[in-house]
Amino acid sequence: MFDLDRWDEIFETIRKNKLRTFLTGLSVASGIFILVILLGIGEGMRNGIAREFEQDASNLMLVYPGMTSKEYKGLNPGRRIQFKNEDYDQILRLYGDKLDKSASLYQQWGQVLTYGKESGSYQVYGSFPSYQVLENNTLTTGRFINISDLDNSEKNMVIGQRIKLDLFKDEDPIGKYVQVSGVNFKIVGVYTDPGGEREESRAIIPITTAQKAFGGGNDIARMYLTLKPEDNFDKSVAASTQFTAELDQFLKERHTVAPDDNSAIYVNNSLENAKRFFTLMDMIKLFFWGVGVCTIIAGVVGVSNIMLIIVKERTREIGVRKALGAQPLSIIGMVLHESIFVTAIAGFLGLIFSLALLEFVGPMIETQYIYNPTVNFTVAINTVFILVIAGALAGFFPAWRAARIKPIVALRDE
Amino acid sequence: MINITNLHKSYKMGANSLHVLKGINFDVAEGELVSIMGSSGSGKSTLLNILGMLDEADEGSYMLDGVPIKGLSEKQAAKYRNKFLGFIFQSFNLISYKSALDNVALPLYYQGLARGERMDRAMSYLEKVGLAKWSGHLPNELSGGQKQRVAIARALASDPKVLLADEPTGALDTKTSYEVMDLIQKINDEGRTILVVTHENDIAQMTKRIVNLKDGLIIEDSPVSQVRALDHV
Repeated sequence: MFDLDRWDEIFETIRKNKLRTFLTGLSVASGIFILVILLGIGEGMRNGIAREFEQDASNLMLVYPGMTSKEYKGLNPGRRIQFKNEDYDQILRLYGDKLDKSASLYQQWGQVLTYGKESGSYQVYGSFPSYQVLENNTLTTGRFINISDLDNSEKNMVIGQRIKLDLFKDEDPIGKYVQVSGVNFKIVGVYTDPGGEREESRAIIPITTAQKAFGGGNDIARMYLTLKPEDNFDKSVAASTQFTAELDQFLKERHTVAPDDNSAIYVNNSLENAKRFFTLMDMIKLFFWGVGVCTIIAGVVGVSNIMLIIVKERTREIGVRKALGAQPLSIIGMVLHESIFVTAIAGFLGLIFSLALLEFVGPMIETQYIYNPTVNFTVAINTVFILVIAGALAGFFPAWRAARIKPIVALRDE
Repeated sequence: MINITNLHKSYKMGANSLHVLKGINFDVAEGELVSIMGSSGSGKSTLLNILGMLDEADEGSYMLDGVPIKGLSEKQAAKYRNKFLGFIFQSFNLISYKSALDNVALPLYYQGLARGERMDRAMSYLEKVGLAKWSGHLPNELSGGQKQRVAIARALASDPKVLLADEPTGALDTKTSYEVMDLIQKINDEGRTILVVTHENDIAQMTKRIVNLKDGLIIEDSPVSQVRALDHV
């Protein structure tokens, strides 16, 4: 390895075959380049998706009813399930210690809100104070509904930014009254939502008020639940999956739904969705690894091929060397050394070039699904290891072949 | 120096085998200059390859300077070749991308000599063959005769017991051939044992002994009155 003469030999042969060496190196360098870029993009996609999920409370569970599809205990299929306040209260009683935040929701579609001459049709939600956190709403002005609003069934209202712009234009809406089907509600706050305009076209009032004002009795449309956070993502997913199953079973029993009827009660677990996305991402990353490694293998086969040709070309020279006293090991060393040298140098160049590209161009990529593509140090080190092994592999078979050439055969080779 | 008794060699050519050497008995003393003659197919190259440890006999014994040459590993053979033998080929077999000096130094590299000493020694051998001025040139910048002289310097570099020359003048014109033979004679005058395979009678006459091979057997082995090559240059 540190034999100066050996290096001399290698540089001599490389100098003599610049183009061939260049092309060989190119195949390895591009292999590494593609691998690193693919890994970078894979990481970028993972980051991008992670960022998408950061927007909502990602451990949010949404519980809403549907219609039965199976006959059960003498009840016909096609029965619509209606959640009541009691369902929500019972869930809080049973699972309160596991829950972090929760809210139930009473929903009115297409209610006309009127302020002065302006009016528009919007959704009106009756809910709890914690709705704000669960839906990730941010107040721009005023306050959200609070627990005393609920206790006293106050006719207070928080509106989305869209409604504020539609009805109030530039006016400050706080303290003003909006009429909804003959009832006046006082505006106490305005919110924005990262979900955009559709989610900002809602008016939030206390659920107690809503059920009275719109004759809802004690009906609720759906429930929002989050679990207390666990130490890590996988634990959270496990806990959440288990809880989802428990909740599903509990509600099915309560509403006399067949245990295998999946259209009557929905428990939508966004953490599971996130998990699914992350699993998908891991698959994509694995696929990228596969493609990258295959590219390197193609490069290595290329090097091996070239080395075989080199050995073939140098058969006579190898014969002469053997006649002059070269031992098989020194022939193996000569060929192996050259191939490792070429792959290592080419590979490092590819590595450096691709890392530089990721470093300088990566932060400029601003699409929704790729964010901050990087390759971590361990991966880079692994790649280097792969390279050296690959170089050795690429050189070994040709070298072995070269060492086995009989000098007499080699000398006869024209 | 060389003792060969009852040497047999056959090559497998598909189903049938070709018996090339059919029992060669042959001794060479130190300081001899022997030519091996014979028509093509007589087995002279095979004999030389066996002598050069490039090939192995099927049967019979071969002693080189008192060392039995039999069943050597590749590593051992390489070591012995380096230590005992110098090769001179018809087609020179210089390494094309190495300078004359580097070519001569190659056997010394395989002996494990340090670079400086290697170069000094190689240079002295180049001087000996009269090519010191050409030491930095690549083989394709040299004439045929010069190439063969570089090859002779290379064969001498490891200070071998025996020089084996396979048609050393086969690729050269008459004048150059004689110059090369003159060099070979001078080296022999210094006491080195040399075997020359040739099919040219005038070249054979310049050695001290002619061994004639036919169909794998020695049919004639007689000393000759040596013709000095210098007289014909």
